[in-house]
Amino acid sequence: MKQLFLGNAAVARGAYEAGVRVVSSYPGTPSTEITEEMVRYSEVDVEWAPNEKVAAEVAVGASLANGRAMSCMKHVGLNVMADPVFTASYLAPPGGLVFCVADDPGMHSSQNEQDSRHYAKAAKIMMLEPSDAEECRDFARDAFELSEKFHTPVFLRLSTRVSHSQGLVEPGEVQVHVPGPYVKNAQRVAVPVNSRKMHVEVEKRTKEEVCFAENCAYNRIENHGSRIGVITSGISYMYAREALGDQVNYLKLGIVYPLPEKLIRSFAAQCECVYVIEELDPFLEEHCRALGVDVRGKELFTPIGEYNADMISRVVLGRPLAEHVQPLETRLPARPPVMCAGCPHRGVFYVLAKLGLHVAGDIGCYTLGANAPLNSMDFNLCMGASIGTAFGMVKAQGREFGKKVVSVIGDSTFIHSGITGLIDIVYNQGNNTILILDNSTTGMTGHQDNPTTGRTIRGIPTRQVDLELLCKAVGVTRVKIVDPFDVELMEKTLREELEADEPSVIISQRPCALLKSVRYQGKFRVTEDCRKCRRCMKLGCPAITCRNGVVSIDPLQCVGCGLCEHVCPFGAMVREENT
Amino acid sequence: MTKNIMIAGVGGQGTLLTSRILGAALIAQGYDVKVSEVHGMSQRGGSVITYVRYGEEVFSPVIEEGQADVILAFEELEAARVLTYLNKEGKLLVNMQKLDPMPVITGAAEYPDDLIWQISQSVCVMPVNALQLAEQAGSSKCVNVVMIGRLAQELEIPYDTWIQALRQTVPEKFLELNLRAFELGFRQE
Repeated sequence: MKQLFLGNAAVARGAYEAGVRVVSSYPGTPSTEITEEMVRYSEVDVEWAPNEKVAAEVAVGASLANGRAMSCMKHVGLNVMADPVFTASYLAPPGGLVFCVADDPGMHSSQNEQDSRHYAKAAKIMMLEPSDAEECRDFARDAFELSEKFHTPVFLRLSTRVSHSQGLVEPGEVQVHVPGPYVKNAQRVAVPVNSRKMHVEVEKRTKEEVCFAENCAYNRIENHGSRIGVITSGISYMYAREALGDQVNYLKLGIVYPLPEKLIRSFAAQCECVYVIEELDPFLEEHCRALGVDVRGKELFTPIGEYNADMISRVVLGRPLAEHVQPLETRLPARPPVMCAGCPHRGVFYVLAKLGLHVAGDIGCYTLGANAPLNSMDFNLCMGASIGTAFGMVKAQGREFGKKVVSVIGDSTFIHSGITGLIDIVYNQGNNTILILDNSTTGMTGHQDNPTTGRTIRGIPTRQVDLELLCKAVGVTRVKIVDPFDVELMEKTLREELEADEPSVIISQRPCALLKSVRYQGKFRVTEDCRKCRRCMKLGCPAITCRNGVVSIDPLQCVGCGLCEHVCPFGAMVREENT
Repeated sequence: MTKNIMIAGVGGQGTLLTSRILGAALIAQGYDVKVSEVHGMSQRGGSVITYVRYGEEVFSPVIEEGQADVILAFEELEAARVLTYLNKEGKLLVNMQKLDPMPVITGAAEYPDDLIWQISQSVCVMPVNALQLAEQAGSSKCVNVVMIGRLAQELEIPYDTWIQALRQTVPEKFLELNLRAFELGFRQE
């Protein structure tokens, strides 16, 4: 029976049906649920790796040992794993090997909107791009076979709207895929003498893949007898179908690298006018132009953000998709995301704001500390970068500047790639102060376990990385552990560590308020002792409001964390025991 | 003909579960269904929108301006924000609840007055005291399911199909509570 599958869950199902043996990933929106869904399938060895590079290496190793393997990540995670991926293209390991990458056009939850298709071309790796949940399952399942057929890793490219849309999928049969015995092949030692030979093979297989792309079920023409043609792929195909229906012909490309040549030429020859409709960069368009095919593309469609059917209808048909109601004339206040009520990061950012420090940010829920009223982040760059960037700032501005700058980084992000930055600071005699915000989970992506939580992806207890010992082991002598709700101690500790002329680490330790294990007793209310100083308003707690100068706490939102009690100088925040 | 139901709320109000219940009921009716949601950064107390589309064959998973047949809004400001998505004959079901966004909390902006009255000047608005009904059912957290109960009055889906969809999607522990919430919404005038 057909069931509703999230695009990501359908990818997991497809990989399972193909008999995938090993899945190793690092969480990242919008890719996270693929790996989480693999947990359903007890036969599969699934894990969260410390970062995408390690995840890719585990998958390549599994494939070298004949197992079908997959690694899933968001687009920026592909940057982290690029090193093993480029050479995996040469090694062409024998087990079906799939790298599943989810782009985020429109940046719903990302720091940039890079287009992963360039990686396929640069690494010479076949890339499939599904348009909906059903294709997610089909393409994920087939990707393993294509990988083995052409002796190449295969990319599966998703985007937010494909990953996070549910559609109907009929679950199929599950193949049993038992790896054959491992056979050593020393030709796979990637030294120049071998790699030169492997590169020849890569070019040869790419030609074979192009021949395959000319005439395969993944690339199809839908001819509706129109003089207008549309070349498209992925979610853009769905927007185009929505906008244009049967009024145009389509060349729907399921393989976006390598691209066919004859197929595109013959499709274009049937039409008077051909549009290329693709989100982000003119990837298909440039290929068409290189073939000498006259197409219309980015001169009409933006390379920025997500597309929609309305935009396509306006360009191609010259009219909007639908008439709509006029918006209200009243200005509506925005509703940006905020740190949750009870968030342990709030105490830290309250102190950072109070001290007016420069804050090198990182990737996680704490990036929300940049927003009003906390306003306590100067910039961020990428996973783990808060430490290296802050060190660079001190190098440029001089050692005294080290007393005014802190790095903030979460537990999972620190393990991902913050630790190497810390080693740089110790090795090269810096004096930076680093705040590790240890909330016992990977918060922003929806509470995944990581090497510091003591549990695997399947919830099995395991060895736990001790952050304090880890920092000491790399040579940091000043390591302090502070409860972020003890704002006085946090402030005192920060002042001391910033003054110290050597590297310091402060581990801010309190679990995420959304974890099931976290239960605060009772909720807070404001008593008549309130003197309207509004200090509590500086916390940016969604449960505390101030109307006409009167501060109150919304009992529906308050989780009873008690941070406001710590900052109120008049003892006006009182816990109500029986609510 | 594809039908469009849009769910608008604030992160944490349960728009995801709502779309799942709705999806389960629509599949049981034999429709092609697509549901689109947004996870991650935008969930943390921000505006959250979920799209549910159904019909013979659905292409895009996204509802665009002027396409929604019904908007299910869990909060007044969010109802106003997505108003342009409604088609001219569409209905707006709104939970009469105000949640202050951070710019209002910090005093940088004001929560507009009379939003629902303003909206009612141009579209068909059906107000629901879902918070009150949810509390009556046993928890302020089931505003979303009260709203589904109210929505059920507007759609041609049999009562039993809704109950079955709730049983499929709501965890056992919270099922009784949510069945009560659905019932209160469904019986609401």
